[in-house]
Amino acid sequence: MSTATTSPATSPAAIPATRLLLRAGLLTLLALGGTFLLDPYRNYQLATAAGIFAAVAGLTLLVGLTGQLSLGHAVLMAAGGYGYALTATRVADALAGSGAADGVAGLLLPLLAGVVGALVASGALGVLLGLAAARLRGPYLAGLTLALVIALPSVAGTVPALAGAQGVSAPFVPVPDALAALIAVEQWHAWLAILLTSCAVTPLVALRSGRAGLRMRAVHDDETAARLAGIDPGRVKAGAFVASALAAGLGGAVLAVVTQQVSPGAYGLGFSLLLVVAAVVGGLGSLGGAAVGAVLVTLLPWLVDQATGALPADLGHRLQGNLEIALFGVVVIVVMVLRPGGLARLVRGRSRNTSLSTNTER
Amino acid sequence: MERLVFLLSTGLARGAVLALFALSLVIVYRAARAVNFAQAAMAVVPVYVALAVTSAGGSFWLGLAVALAVGALLGAVVERGLLRLVPQETPLPGIIVAVGLVMVLQAGLAMVFGPDHRPVHAPFSQRPFDVGGVSVLSPYDLFVLVVAAVVMGGLALLFSRTSLGLRLRAAAFAPETSRLLGVRVPRMVTLGWMLSSATAALAALLLVPTGLGLDPHAADVLFVNAFAAAVVGGLDSPVGALVAGLAVGVLVTLVTGYASAAAAPLAVLVLLTAVLLVRPHGLFATREARTA
Amino acid sequence: MSTLTIDRLTVGHGDGAPVLDGLSLEVPDGALVALLGANGAGKTTLLRALVGLLPARAGRVLLDGADLSALSTEDRVRRGLALVPEGRSVVVELTVAENLRLGALRQAGRPRRGPAVDAAVAEMYELFEPLARRRDAAGHTLSGGERQMLALARALVSRPDVLLLDEPSLGLAPLVVARLLGVLRDQAEATGLTVLLAEQNVTSALSVAERGVVLSLGEVVADRPAAELAADPALRHAYLGF
Repeated sequence: MSTATTSPATSPAAIPATRLLLRAGLLTLLALGGTFLLDPYRNYQLATAAGIFAAVAGLTLLVGLTGQLSLGHAVLMAAGGYGYALTATRVADALAGSGAADGVAGLLLPLLAGVVGALVASGALGVLLGLAAARLRGPYLAGLTLALVIALPSVAGTVPALAGAQGVSAPFVPVPDALAALIAVEQWHAWLAILLTSCAVTPLVALRSGRAGLRMRAVHDDETAARLAGIDPGRVKAGAFVASALAAGLGGAVLAVVTQQVSPGAYGLGFSLLLVVAAVVGGLGSLGGAAVGAVLVTLLPWLVDQATGALPADLGHRLQGNLEIALFGVVVIVVMVLRPGGLARLVRGRSRNTSLSTNTER
Repeated sequence: MERLVFLLSTGLARGAVLALFALSLVIVYRAARAVNFAQAAMAVVPVYVALAVTSAGGSFWLGLAVALAVGALLGAVVERGLLRLVPQETPLPGIIVAVGLVMVLQAGLAMVFGPDHRPVHAPFSQRPFDVGGVSVLSPYDLFVLVVAAVVMGGLALLFSRTSLGLRLRAAAFAPETSRLLGVRVPRMVTLGWMLSSATAALAALLLVPTGLGLDPHAADVLFVNAFAAAVVGGLDSPVGALVAGLAVGVLVTLVTGYASAAAAPLAVLVLLTAVLLVRPHGLFATREARTA
Repeated sequence: MSTLTIDRLTVGHGDGAPVLDGLSLEVPDGALVALLGANGAGKTTLLRALVGLLPARAGRVLLDGADLSALSTEDRVRRGLALVPEGRSVVVELTVAENLRLGALRQAGRPRRGPAVDAAVAEMYELFEPLARRRDAAGHTLSGGERQMLALARALVSRPDVLLLDEPSLGLAPLVVARLLGVLRDQAEATGLTVLLAEQNVTSALSVAERGVVLSLGEVVADRPAAELAADPALRHAYLGF
């Protein structure tokens, strides 16, 4: 039984690898080129949105394809961020110690090591949660991941390396000399963010359109039938969670690159719920929708701030940081009640709606 | 030793609040086969109303009564006005709507009442009694324990001894059969939500004077701890919620007392993970929980 | 006590061809009518549509001339209709006594309270002696026969005007079936209860019924006195498979 939350109707047939890479490369180039049209602050917002997009893409894939809801994807992002920051700092220090900090190697090595660190940290946490996800159904997994978000400050306070509420700082990635004349640091960071995010999202596209995606949908639709077809539902669910966690981890790495800072406060319950909002608004299961959702949760708070800035101080103070949350809440409810497919379904038109009522027959 | 006695007795009082909140989760789970992830935000709203009543000159007891009524009303509105509108076959749509509701309620409260903590005074002293040189419960702790016991006893009587309770249980267990016996199942589901959110409001009201004060997130940690307790207890079992609620309350108090307050959520997380991995259907569930 | 009239009822699942297409049938006041037919003939569909568990696409269901079609299941039950569904629908989480009390909370559609509930339940214990011995047992511990007995008792205790039974004999030992149907016939005679009994077990159903209606592919293909039906080898062979 699947309901509103699936959008398997949107799944394309398996895309050949070369076409997929071509398409991904093209989109990435477009995005990179697009940064020239934006001012530094917009590029900073773009980089942030890209990081959030990576995490939301992972989340939407998880929810849309396997029906498992994680309320704790912010923690997976935080894991990626900490993994990035700690590893990159360590490598940067080592390079500085050996006098090799200059040049392209000095720039790229900490970055790459940091990304590996992010993948290892978020992957490890993803495996742990995936083991739980393999055995748990909806409300249990949602509750467990919620407890995880609430416990994040405790974890940061308990593990010395994470430096408590202060958090850890990530090394600044300067613009390479060759590009310094051409682009500002914000644009450079936006480039890094776009590249990292495309590395996070492209595998998800391949996963979704390939056999793994098929298995996930099979498990989601009817676990018993999937089992009879020789699919191990536990392994599929755990695998989906790990894939989702890795994408979220890369998203965390992006935010660490952009903000040079990882702290538990930035990855609290509110942010975690925003990721859910972005996934729901974009349409659960839709990666394109995830991009739209990510941009929305990045831009709306800023827009609301702009709007409330003009209000009297007391009123503005009350609305600040709250009005957009309330708006997001309303949007989520309205989307779930009226258009469970989110924006993705809205864009594709009405014909897709029929899949909601007939998808038990698939 | 003295410290242990003090912590154990305080832990029981904290646990009583937790057990009440866990019980509210169990009630709504039994009525609607759903975990209400908006329970914390919904429980805080009546507390704000109660605070408004008392600060406008009303007595604590009037505030309490108003809070219960507002809690019940909110439960009915949320169930009829929101959750009934989304598909119920899988838990996901309901959980996501609850997430949206949490955002609306918490941000709404912060906008209306301001985001700051508001101090809430207990109706009784919070200074512990001194029994033979050992500090134990405070009068307020005793009050909490008594209220929790009375409410839980009342709910137990309602469910096991009255015909309304019989219909509530039947509607939860076997909706179709109940309809065939003339039970208005949708009404029973709404009543379950009302009972649940009134109970949660009471728990939040009892909790707030012991914490930092009232803010829109005042019950968030209570929800997570109570969820852990309800899961340990089996989600379906009121007795399980009671026992596990007390146990989690004592655990949290001990960890806070001997390690640090910051370590308490970690302890709850570890407990929840362990129970979910070893016995996903809880320690008290008599039979396999239905597929949720 | 009441006449059940089915007027050109059309029922189907999803968008497919209707299972019942314009079916009409009258079960007169106090009659015990057997509804026969092979698997898939539409017996269960008809009974579920009568109580409103399945929506009808067209047609009406009347109880003593009053149209029930617009009413919900709960309200049809409150008007005096009762269904014992297929598969011994006992609330397994409740005890025998609680199951019976649940049924006894209404009498002929009106609420019943306190001592009257207890009295009605006690009456059922007299009728179904094995239930009295197991009154505090949880539903899931009962045997198949006990469950069916409980399901029947729970329906009778509410004093319905029209009782619909769906395959009460399914999976039960012949002796148990004979006993259940015996109680049913006695009750029907004693109280004037109108009964529509859907059965695949033709012989036992016809042994208690006055009249037999044979359904095939959603249509009434025979409607005759029970004895006549049982004696007609051609009909038996064509529609009932023996």
